[in-house]
Amino acid sequence: MSLCMPEPDAGVLARRREIVAAMRAIVPGEGVIDHPDGLRAYEADGLTAYRQPPLVVVLPETTEQVARVLAWCHANRVKVVPRGAGTSLSGGALPLEDGVLLGLTKLNRILDIDYADRIAVVQPGVTNLAITRAVEEQGFYYAPDPSSQIACSIGGNVAENAGGVHCLKYGLTTNNVLGVELVTIEGEVLRLGGRGLESAGLDLLGLVVGSEGLLGVVTEVTVRILPRPQTARALLIGFAEIETAGQCVAEVIAAGIIPAGMEMMDRAAIHAAEAFVHAGYPLDVEALLIVELDGPEGECAHLIGEIEAIARSNGAVSIRASASDTERASFWAGRKAAFPAAGRISPDYYCMDGTIPRRRLPDVLRRMGVLSEQYGLRVINVFHAGDGNLHPMILYDANKPGELETAEAFGADILRLCVEVGGVLTGEHGVGVEKRDLMPVMFSPVDLAQQQRVKCAFDPELLLNPGKMFPELHRCAELGRMHVHGGAVPFPELPRF
Amino acid sequence: MLRPTDIDELCEIVAGGNGPFRLRGGGSKDAIGAPSEAAVIDMRSFAGVVDYDPHELVLTVGAGTPLAEIQMLVASEGQMLAFEPFDHAALLGGAPAQATIGGVIASGIAGPARLSRGAARDHLLGFTGVSGRGERFVAGAKVVKNVTGYDLPKLITGSWGRLAAITELTLKVLPAPRARTTLVARGLDPVTAVAIMARAMGSAAEASAAAHLPAWEGGALTAIRLDGFPASIRARAETLHQLIDGLYPLDDDTGLWDAVCHVSPLPRDKPLWRVVVPGRNAPALITALPGAEWLFDWAGGLVWLASDAAPQAIRSAAANAGGHAMLIRADATMRAAVPAFHPQPTPLAALETKVRRAFDPAGLFETGRF
Repeated sequence: MSLCMPEPDAGVLARRREIVAAMRAIVPGEGVIDHPDGLRAYEADGLTAYRQPPLVVVLPETTEQVARVLAWCHANRVKVVPRGAGTSLSGGALPLEDGVLLGLTKLNRILDIDYADRIAVVQPGVTNLAITRAVEEQGFYYAPDPSSQIACSIGGNVAENAGGVHCLKYGLTTNNVLGVELVTIEGEVLRLGGRGLESAGLDLLGLVVGSEGLLGVVTEVTVRILPRPQTARALLIGFAEIETAGQCVAEVIAAGIIPAGMEMMDRAAIHAAEAFVHAGYPLDVEALLIVELDGPEGECAHLIGEIEAIARSNGAVSIRASASDTERASFWAGRKAAFPAAGRISPDYYCMDGTIPRRRLPDVLRRMGVLSEQYGLRVINVFHAGDGNLHPMILYDANKPGELETAEAFGADILRLCVEVGGVLTGEHGVGVEKRDLMPVMFSPVDLAQQQRVKCAFDPELLLNPGKMFPELHRCAELGRMHVHGGAVPFPELPRF
Repeated sequence: MLRPTDIDELCEIVAGGNGPFRLRGGGSKDAIGAPSEAAVIDMRSFAGVVDYDPHELVLTVGAGTPLAEIQMLVASEGQMLAFEPFDHAALLGGAPAQATIGGVIASGIAGPARLSRGAARDHLLGFTGVSGRGERFVAGAKVVKNVTGYDLPKLITGSWGRLAAITELTLKVLPAPRARTTLVARGLDPVTAVAIMARAMGSAAEASAAAHLPAWEGGALTAIRLDGFPASIRARAETLHQLIDGLYPLDDDTGLWDAVCHVSPLPRDKPLWRVVVPGRNAPALITALPGAEWLFDWAGGLVWLASDAAPQAIRSAAANAGGHAMLIRADATMRAAVPAFHPQPTPLAALETKVRRAFDPAGLFETGRF
């Protein structure tokens, strides 16, 4: 592993049997896993380059059990890593050798659906797609749709503030969650938000969404559900140049159109996807746009006409509009298979997640090409064109010595490039362990210290998911006294990883 | 009054520690909260547009920039602040057009479109601020999609100047609708009105706002607003007609939505409360408070109440309806005695205090106003 995690506490490792027994006293039966074979199933999440079996896995079935586990760990100074379905692409659920892995998948019931107020109250282990499945007969759906939606849990979505292809129009998780039940590291059960549109006091709900399991453990989520649009149609547009595709995207937005989804693929991604699923993509183009419109039939038809005109004026070399849902699905098939398609042409791939101002796209792609040559690794690009969220996939072979490290260095350079042009390290995958050490590229020591003080307000002993998000572990008492001057990092003796 | 002209001066003032400091933009919401003697820091020098690229849907401005100026600027590009922020001058008395964008964000102001397009919190992408430690820090970013680090923009929105002084902020802007129409029904009782608004919001009509006024031009009026492309509005109006009997289009809806936004139909000589509840509970709330005058916005999810009833009675009715009540307008004596914010359960209040101390360890921004 090329990743440095906090030094395990030898005292905690030595108390493993006692800790397992304490967990069994709270969660009976098969809800506590301590056999090495069982632990191995939890050693990684979706970022499989990094693996670490946890001290013990605990799978509670009630909020009360979660609260007792956390209270015990807090009283006994044992670290806790929360985990949903384990699909994180940033290592948010990577276990710690000396930490309890708290899995929430057994909390998997839908508790209430209220169509009048358009909300669903669910436990954190319910999958994203299961919410839509539960309400679709009544004509509703849950809008955020991360590509892992068949497997990822809503609790994990809340922790990571998950997005998806439709979030330009419908928002990220944070814009679609009204309330959570949160268990603090002390084992206190709090309600943040509720069934109304706003809560009293500070927006702690907004803070907790996207906090990557560092502030508390979510045991219930109230989400907004939306009526399904009457129709959805898509356009498949090919361009001879990335620049004109980018210009087309800008002009669609300038025309006052916010499509339900607007995705771009570069030449390498188009070819990889086409070879894999035979979606009928044109192979003689440099960029392919998929634009989806939803709403009343008349609206979709009108907007498709407008977008076709914009595409033509930007020199589109091919334009197809879907005439049926089957055809629309075929347009998406290649895009949705982009990850496995990358897996088919390369033993391993490393998916990045920066966001840039869209106007910088041609420049960023060109410089990414230069980096690709420098590092000797291929990269293929899919991205959420509407909001500038890039997903470059670096192709590598983990069995070749040093190639993972080369891919990591290449990825870090891509993210530095995103920040340099005015963008960010992560648009929807989260910081986790993956981008942790790059946080200083985007934030000053003062900015990071301020964020860590927020962490300290919730978890002063730093027991919840330590080693994620922050590049340095400051003890909270030291942060309280710390003043940073002129960008100098105080306490140089503190452990950094 | 302190009026720092740049961020270094602001840092110096706060670091000097002679607080408490009351952060103030245009002062349009001065009359909310308990009267306070705290030293005012006037933020209006932090004004001006820093960057506006309509194609990126991103606008960065100084926090002291007047709201009216920003609304004119984005309108000139066919865009809008989608959460429909509004000036409180009409609501609280005071000179119009003083409200600043920093004040709008600090108080989390959103109008009728909040129901469909989200609140101020949903449109603040990033900010620069000065904490109670006198330190400049940034959070969030200047792109529309970002999950890097804690979402402090959400936390700062609606924090009423108790965490940090916002000097610059980046907002997501959206295309303004090309057309708009409002369909109304007359004479409905509150229960039926809320049911009809729920049916409209649960349909594919994609209504942008829904309100119910018990007395508007001679009787109860239930209003459902559609906006978007003209062809689309016609189709969505048809959807509503098929779903709900007795709707007809209003010729000119400007006055109506202006009234809903600024709560102008309610009497000005009574305390005004802003109660947020699950929409379905709005009728029960007003039944529990006979004598109160009211109107429903957000399909019932926001109940404006003008009432002389005891604050405790209003707050327990709000809590019983699954919501909370904020005191918006009252005389100084009442504001000194009744907290503006609905009291929180003790453990939550304790956590909130810890979070405030994380930004402002010495409590320099605690003015006694809240």
